[in-house]
Amino acid sequence: MKTRNLLLISAALAGLSGAAQAENVLTWGANRDIGSLDPYSYGDSFTINVLNHVYEGLVRYDKDLKIEPALAESWEILEDNITWRFHLREGVTFHNGNPFTAEDVVASLTRVSDETSPLKGNLPAYVSSEVVDDLTVDVTLNGTYPLLLNDLTNIHIFDNEWMTENNALKPTDIGAGTEGYATYNANGTGPFVVESRQPDAKTVFVVNPDWWDEPQHNLDRIELTPVTSAATRVAALLSGEINFTNDAPVQDLPRLAAAPNVKVLEGVDLRTVMIGFPFRETLTTGEANPFKDRNVREALYRAIDLDLIHQRVMRGKSRIAGATIAPEIPGYVEALDDLPGFDPDAARNLLAEAGVPEGLEFEFNCLSDGLVNEEQFCQAIASMWTRIGLSPKLDVAPRAVQSPKRTNGATDVYTLGWATLPLLDSYSPLLQIFHSKDGNAGVFNWGDWSYPEVDALIDAAGSELDLTARLNLQTQALQIVKDEMIMIPLHQQPMAWAVTENVADMPLFSDNKPRLWFAMVDSDS
Amino acid sequence: MIAFLIKRTANAAFVMLAVALLAFVIFRFFGDPVEMMVNEQATQQDRIELRERLGLNDGFVTQYTRFVTNAVQGDFGISYRNQQDVMVLIKDRFPATFELVLVATVISLVVGIPLGVLTAVHRDSRLANILQLGSIIGVSLPSFVVGILLILAFSVSLGWLPAFGRGDTVDIGWWSTGLLTPSGRMALILPSLSLSTFQITLVMRLVRAEMLETLRADYIKFARARGVPIRRVQWRHALRNCLMPVITLTGMQIGNLIAFALVTETVFQWPGMGLLFIQAVTFVDIPVMAAYLMIVSFIFVALNTLVDITYAWVDPRLRDDAARAGGANG
Amino acid sequence: MKNTSDITKGGTASPLIPQKPSRLTKLRESDLWFSFWSHPSAIFAAALLAFVTITAFLAPFISPQNPYDLGALELWNSEIPPIWDAQGQWPYLLGTDTQGRDILSAILYGSRISLIIGFASVILALSVGLALGLIAGYFGGWADNIIMRIGDVLLSMPFILIAILITAVASASLPTGLKDVLAAPILIFAIAVPSWVQYARTVRASAMVEAKKEYVQAAKLIRVKSWRIMLNHILPNCMTPIMVAATLNFGLAILSEATLSFLGVGMPPDQPSLGTLIRIGNQYLFSGLWWIVVFPSIQLCLIVLSVNMIGDWLRDALNPKLR
Repeated sequence: MKTRNLLLISAALAGLSGAAQAENVLTWGANRDIGSLDPYSYGDSFTINVLNHVYEGLVRYDKDLKIEPALAESWEILEDNITWRFHLREGVTFHNGNPFTAEDVVASLTRVSDETSPLKGNLPAYVSSEVVDDLTVDVTLNGTYPLLLNDLTNIHIFDNEWMTENNALKPTDIGAGTEGYATYNANGTGPFVVESRQPDAKTVFVVNPDWWDEPQHNLDRIELTPVTSAATRVAALLSGEINFTNDAPVQDLPRLAAAPNVKVLEGVDLRTVMIGFPFRETLTTGEANPFKDRNVREALYRAIDLDLIHQRVMRGKSRIAGATIAPEIPGYVEALDDLPGFDPDAARNLLAEAGVPEGLEFEFNCLSDGLVNEEQFCQAIASMWTRIGLSPKLDVAPRAVQSPKRTNGATDVYTLGWATLPLLDSYSPLLQIFHSKDGNAGVFNWGDWSYPEVDALIDAAGSELDLTARLNLQTQALQIVKDEMIMIPLHQQPMAWAVTENVADMPLFSDNKPRLWFAMVDSDS
Repeated sequence: MIAFLIKRTANAAFVMLAVALLAFVIFRFFGDPVEMMVNEQATQQDRIELRERLGLNDGFVTQYTRFVTNAVQGDFGISYRNQQDVMVLIKDRFPATFELVLVATVISLVVGIPLGVLTAVHRDSRLANILQLGSIIGVSLPSFVVGILLILAFSVSLGWLPAFGRGDTVDIGWWSTGLLTPSGRMALILPSLSLSTFQITLVMRLVRAEMLETLRADYIKFARARGVPIRRVQWRHALRNCLMPVITLTGMQIGNLIAFALVTETVFQWPGMGLLFIQAVTFVDIPVMAAYLMIVSFIFVALNTLVDITYAWVDPRLRDDAARAGGANG
Repeated sequence: MKNTSDITKGGTASPLIPQKPSRLTKLRESDLWFSFWSHPSAIFAAALLAFVTITAFLAPFISPQNPYDLGALELWNSEIPPIWDAQGQWPYLLGTDTQGRDILSAILYGSRISLIIGFASVILALSVGLALGLIAGYFGGWADNIIMRIGDVLLSMPFILIAILITAVASASLPTGLKDVLAAPILIFAIAVPSWVQYARTVRASAMVEAKKEYVQAAKLIRVKSWRIMLNHILPNCMTPIMVAATLNFGLAILSEATLSFLGVGMPPDQPSLGTLIRIGNQYLFSGLWWIVVFPSIQLCLIVLSVNMIGDWLRDALNPKLR
């Protein structure tokens, strides 16, 4: 008994001394956890963003969000215009020591484009891929397509051998009755290695000493802890328990900025917040659906006091938007940002003319863990709609609960934030949201609308290799989207990160994705 | 004794079977498991096959038996949300909850017993009245309000103690403990205090009632008459007599504390089983909910049974009483 | 107390059944009355509870705003501090929340919800518990067996866990439209389910004793209806502990409702109870909007405290041992 106790104590001491070593640790308090360690089992920007520290794509965004080579060193389009040849980087190894080869690329592209993959929409033009030699891959598309590189920034490359050994060649699917190996194990080529993971509690990443690239960070260890409560996140930051958060609550920014040990990093996100409408025959209540009428959508638009929401809910930190994309996104022109103007009386008249019954009930579906202050602006909008004689029923719940309802059309009006990721191009919302539902197109067309003229413009843009001509087509499509008020844009949401003083450098990216391989912390802390 | 043991264990087993039935019904009939598991792209054929593979077309009894058999082996299926074995998830979180409950229990005894003795000994004094009032306030304060107030005072205003998480932990085998690191111990203070408020008042009231009773007993009067100093009588003889009920109460309350820890864990974002359960509730992750229900109830029932058996072992009269009561039960 | 004596008097009792001396009840009643007036804390608690209850039920008439009417909320009036602050504004005595909801009105309406849910769940648990306890104790046999076994199972799961499971399962399986309407009934049910057992056990024990007594046997012989015997004779005998338990459980029920709402499985944000208000306010702890969380917390604590003080006094007053 005695010896056993001694053993325990010495084990504990060993653990202690390990933790006491001078390490550069970044404790990251996020507003939620990643869904899985498998980027292909959970189509969600944040999960992919975090896993990008572990897995990498063939190309990546640099510090200025320009595309640069990553696992592929160079590429060219072959004569047929639909086959792309990638020359892979030599000497890259996965975290388990396996070398990175063309086989891995083919296996990964096959995995992500699998029928059951929630991410297949992120690689819409992909048809097949083929090993040319150990370090060369040919990727065949379904036509000329200008945005393949943008797509590939977020297609993470897995190790073929590792996937085969662990029966993980297909995307994780719990319906298969087994745990997906890749959901709680990771093996990438990236700058950090997953050390341990406790879902909803803590995921630890340690630096990858064998990374192929020259590190621009000085971190030894990243501890990602989801702190869902905004207030707790702020408290933890103030007391130094976490030293980075990518979601500092806007209402607490003055308090954080005033604290001597905290630095606030602010900007406007590329993410445009929108409200979408159902275009089905009936509402969830079984009543006829008035939202198919453009004038009814306009009425709801004009009932919203965007300025008030900007001032109060977003604390003056958002950018009021008339367009469904941010000004930085290619395809934007100023005319898209015109606003119809807040006019509740006009809204009432429009409703009356359209014959919408007083007190019409409909569901208004919002996320509790989604956009910045989503619950608050949803409540505010519901109250504004109530004032023009409607009865919105607010349904607020976490993303995991709401997503199935939204994708299955089991709700009416809903919110959606779109940052055009990973393309950073207006083709992204056009294809994924505004195109009719058709294969890889219209995956986020939850209202089930169909505008053939919009589809035609998007399809034309999708095979147009000339940049100006392509953007012109996209702008035209966006103008129709705007005129038809398919969705109501509200604002580009504010983006606020906060770090404690011992974080020396944390570049803020306008796509709101932390890239900690550019982060520096002070070593003496 | 053997008969009593068997009877008591059988009773516990019956209760667990009933709890399992409840968990099974929740698991099976609220939220179609197939719909929760399949991918949005799945076809009707996929669904039918999955239904067959999961055995959802079997009879109720077959399915229930399978559920119980799996549960006994610690197999509660795979979490819909984390896509991980539920038992592994819970096992990872158990140490956090256990340490929290343990420390809260210790605090409740260390604080509650002396306060209880004080209020009994100095009955009707001003101090006792204030303490009595304090104990009523203690049971009336919701534990989440206590938690929020503690955070406001000690984390936000004074900045002395952490407001969330466990601090650094040390792994000993599969057990992760926060008791061995300074930051781990600091992190324990506020959550365990807020969890123990209710328990402190409970212990205090019980000790007071028992003490009042005991102090009236003859042997105490004899001791006093024999000239044993009054303090010694109160704190040694009388108190010793009240400890058994206190220990019993504490043992039986541990199950309740584990369940109630979920509120504390939510306030302090303490990474224990309770937080896991609350998250499972918001995400309708039914396998986790069912497993948590079974495990907490099991701890609860096991402790109660253990307390009963110990009692019967210590005091044979109770055995007969219990047997008689059992007989009356039919 | 009053009710039971009325029942005793009003019942067309057969001469064979000895009338419980109503004088005794009266005496006890006066004892209680006396005890009440000699306990300042009991008087204080009763006054407080009466005040809170009356203002809560007059909420629609006295509160400056209907906090449940989305159309009445004006975002321009959000985040106004209490009236004594320099930025305070009439009529928002205790300030407004982030939606422009008047905190005082929200507290009055919220207290009403908390009180109603607490009270209704106690009444529900009490009626179910008394009925099942009487049946179990009086008839015994398999009815007794089934009822008490169900009770055992319920008591073997922590109270809060049962309540959370019921609300969670209900809200997961109901459509959005119904969820709002049924939120309060679901909470009442969820809190009542784990609490009826205590009453049932108490009544059963006393029913088992009474059922063997001669007068009951005699009454059975002359075919007095069983429910009449139970109602007229067995029930009044165990009313004292039941009343104490019910009072204390009333406080517990209000706490439970607040806890469930705080955890997000109770009242929705557009019909906030005190617990919901505290949950919402908790998000603004650091933004300087302390009034959103502090005032509802104080109100909640005061309500529960007054109920518990009355319960405590009642228990001591009715327990001869402690007198």
